[in-house]
Amino acid sequence: MGTLKDEIAIIGMGCSQFGERWDAGAGDLAIEAAYEAYEDAGIGPEDIEACWVGQMYAPVGGLGGSTIADTLKLTNIPIIRNENWCTAGHIALIEAAIAVAAGLYDVVMAIGVEKLKDTGYPGLGTGRGMSPVYEARRTAPGSFALIATRYFKKYGLSMEEGKETIGKIAVKNHRNGSMSPKAHFHNVVTLEKVVNAPIIAYPLGLFDCCGNSDGSACAILTRADMARSFRQDPIYIKGFGIAMDAVLPHTRPGFEWTSFEALKNSSKKAYEMAGIKDPREEIDVAEVHDCFSITELIIYEDFGFSQHGKAKEDIDSGFFELKGGLPVNPDGGLKCFGHPVGASGLRMTYEIYKQLQGKADLPERQIKDPKIGLSHTFGGPPQISAVAIFGNEKDKA
Amino acid sequence: MVGITSFGAYIPIYRLSRDMIANSWGRGSLKGERSVANNDEDSVTMAVEAGSDCLKGLDRNKVDGLFFATSNAPYKEKLSAGLIATVLDLPKEVITADYANSLRAGTAALRGAVDTVKAGSAKNVLVTAADCRLAYPRSDQEQWFGDGAAALTIGRDNVIATLEGSFSINSEIVDVWRNDDDRYVHVGESRFILNEGYMASMKDAISGILKQSSKKPSDITKLVIPSPDYRTHIRLAKMLGFDPDAQLEDTLLGSIGHCGVAHPLMLLVATLEKSNPGDTILMASYGDGAEALIFNVTEEITKIKPRRGIKNCLQSKIMLTSYEKFLSFRGILEPVPAEPFRLFPSVSAYWREQNSILRCHGSRCKQCGRSIFPIQRICFNCRSKDDYEEIRYAEQTGEVFTFSRDQLAGRSDDPVVVQTIFEMDDGARFYLIMTDCDPENVKVGQLVEFTFRRIYEGAGFHNYFWKCRPLRYGGR
Repeated sequence: MGTLKDEIAIIGMGCSQFGERWDAGAGDLAIEAAYEAYEDAGIGPEDIEACWVGQMYAPVGGLGGSTIADTLKLTNIPIIRNENWCTAGHIALIEAAIAVAAGLYDVVMAIGVEKLKDTGYPGLGTGRGMSPVYEARRTAPGSFALIATRYFKKYGLSMEEGKETIGKIAVKNHRNGSMSPKAHFHNVVTLEKVVNAPIIAYPLGLFDCCGNSDGSACAILTRADMARSFRQDPIYIKGFGIAMDAVLPHTRPGFEWTSFEALKNSSKKAYEMAGIKDPREEIDVAEVHDCFSITELIIYEDFGFSQHGKAKEDIDSGFFELKGGLPVNPDGGLKCFGHPVGASGLRMTYEIYKQLQGKADLPERQIKDPKIGLSHTFGGPPQISAVAIFGNEKDKA
Repeated sequence: MVGITSFGAYIPIYRLSRDMIANSWGRGSLKGERSVANNDEDSVTMAVEAGSDCLKGLDRNKVDGLFFATSNAPYKEKLSAGLIATVLDLPKEVITADYANSLRAGTAALRGAVDTVKAGSAKNVLVTAADCRLAYPRSDQEQWFGDGAAALTIGRDNVIATLEGSFSINSEIVDVWRNDDDRYVHVGESRFILNEGYMASMKDAISGILKQSSKKPSDITKLVIPSPDYRTHIRLAKMLGFDPDAQLEDTLLGSIGHCGVAHPLMLLVATLEKSNPGDTILMASYGDGAEALIFNVTEEITKIKPRRGIKNCLQSKIMLTSYEKFLSFRGILEPVPAEPFRLFPSVSAYWREQNSILRCHGSRCKQCGRSIFPIQRICFNCRSKDDYEEIRYAEQTGEVFTFSRDQLAGRSDDPVVVQTIFEMDDGARFYLIMTDCDPENVKVGQLVEFTFRRIYEGAGFHNYFWKCRPLRYGGR
């Protein structure tokens, strides 16, 4: 497999205010994100040569790309939508990067946008998946809770220990989110409140689950060799990996439910491209898919941040806290931003981009001198994972 | 000799105390309990349960007829027997027919099966009967009615009870009826329907068959008759010269209620469960007349394999905690709609995938032996293409691998959906909803069995699929 390390750079990013945006439609959210990105890159819409859109639930007949063209008046250029569950934003970014690296375009946009709060109900809906029969009553919490039940069983955690372990992830992310102006939620929560919260899908309680929000985030990409003509601190793409699992994991004989091939393979590919041997030591900051607190825990293990079965030790020691060895979800993650599905991958990338530039929107959240950052989304029942690794310097080689 | 070769039964796990119904309305209680089908059950799903129980120990490929009797078919136009035959994985060439509308439909199907086998049109006919009738809220019938199913196979080999004869009385009478656009059963004035309906026709049918077969009441070991209440059948038995204490079988009214079309067959199954070789059983059904049949129990009954039957179903129950839940299970109270479905069913996709959806078939790769559900054309393990055999899982048990009590997926009357992953002996995994359980008691490692249920209404048709449940007493 080839590499695109240091071939593409991000020269501008934008992120809308996340939350229950009764005031804004999908188009309004996209405008917020896109115009911040234009300004950040010092360009205008006329400079965009192609656009990739990450959107899971397109509002009208799956026409996500058309909506963006209509709203942003991006006319006469290709606009391509990606719908790959929660990874749609990341895959839009990666597809845009590949097109630039192919030499087809100099300046392109990747934008993720999702308007969830016009559906009239608070959740993502029942019956998510591919089959109206086999997955008739599948819900997101009901699917990810299956991981928690099995993880606690496999590693001998009592329900109390298990809930406290994943609860600490929720506490951490809420603490970080309280310092994140664009987040949906800014409340600091105690572990006691987290473990005693109402159950959504046992064993997951309210604070183990991310909220449903509206939001958009946008990136402007160019060739790495052109990047400095736009700005002095571009962020380089070091590597990426996408892995989709073959069969829905739940039907796979022998599947453990505590570790996912898609997570392992997507991170492995990204590490290989980025030349990362020891992710725990080499990555300075990560935004990972904390749709549910148990998801963040298994990601620690499948990404090599922690050993399998040992994430609890790192959680207990504060390794993933803002001032820990590897800060994870410094902006509060999905837990505080909520999860407007197709927007999340780019929102996470926005945080990494800002952190690597030393420009976190509140200084108390800025991590000291990070060089390498990772963003990641994990989607489906779950089934697909996308990882991107960024750096603020090109390799000297 | 043609006769019964096997039997099975099904009673839903839920029971409702009649005192609870009575208290809700501030009226008198008829005492005892009634059975209540879960909100995912109907006459077809219950018939599948009884049919599956009845097929225990039999080769389903040798069943060449399936009759279904009910007064409450899920479709007004569309065959239910064909759906049941498919779910029970019977061969495509099976004779199918629905018997409907009268409470005598169960015994009509039974007689029809005997005639079919005698005529040589089929060798082994599975007769299923199930009912789930709606009575007006607060009426006596609301307390009397119950939900349940029975099944019997009729054939020539290994007959456990031969049919000695049958006798039918037709009586045109509007006593218990439901117009084509009614939800609830109407009943006429009680003295009229008891005396000119039940008593008159049952007396004629029972005395008629005794005369036809040259038998006296004392020749009958067991008199098996449904009853509209706790007393009328005793009065009838005495009037005909039977000894109620020695000969009259329990009507199951106190424990489950009157299960409509299925009831006479359920009583027959309950009787067969405790019969001995040489017993003579006189059964009768009532509805727009009456029908009486005499069976002689043979030595073969001692060889019948253990099954769930009526006896085990009676012992396995969960009491409903409110009358409102019963109303909502039956659609009388409308639950708050849950979140809308994201995926929409299609009649053509449902038809195309029926071997997995209805027959519960998975695929076993002929190259590497890996099994998976639902059927996969390409083996995920070795990627062999279209090289698999289909295997049916419905009669096997599995072990819970992981689960979740999902509070988002349910309805307001049944708010917790137990999302379950369970594993079969061959490693195949199922992702199904656990039903008929106390969600708080679900554990990793517990054993579950399959149960066929109505999962939801979508695209204008009834969507059926399998769920799992904790092993009921007696297993499958």
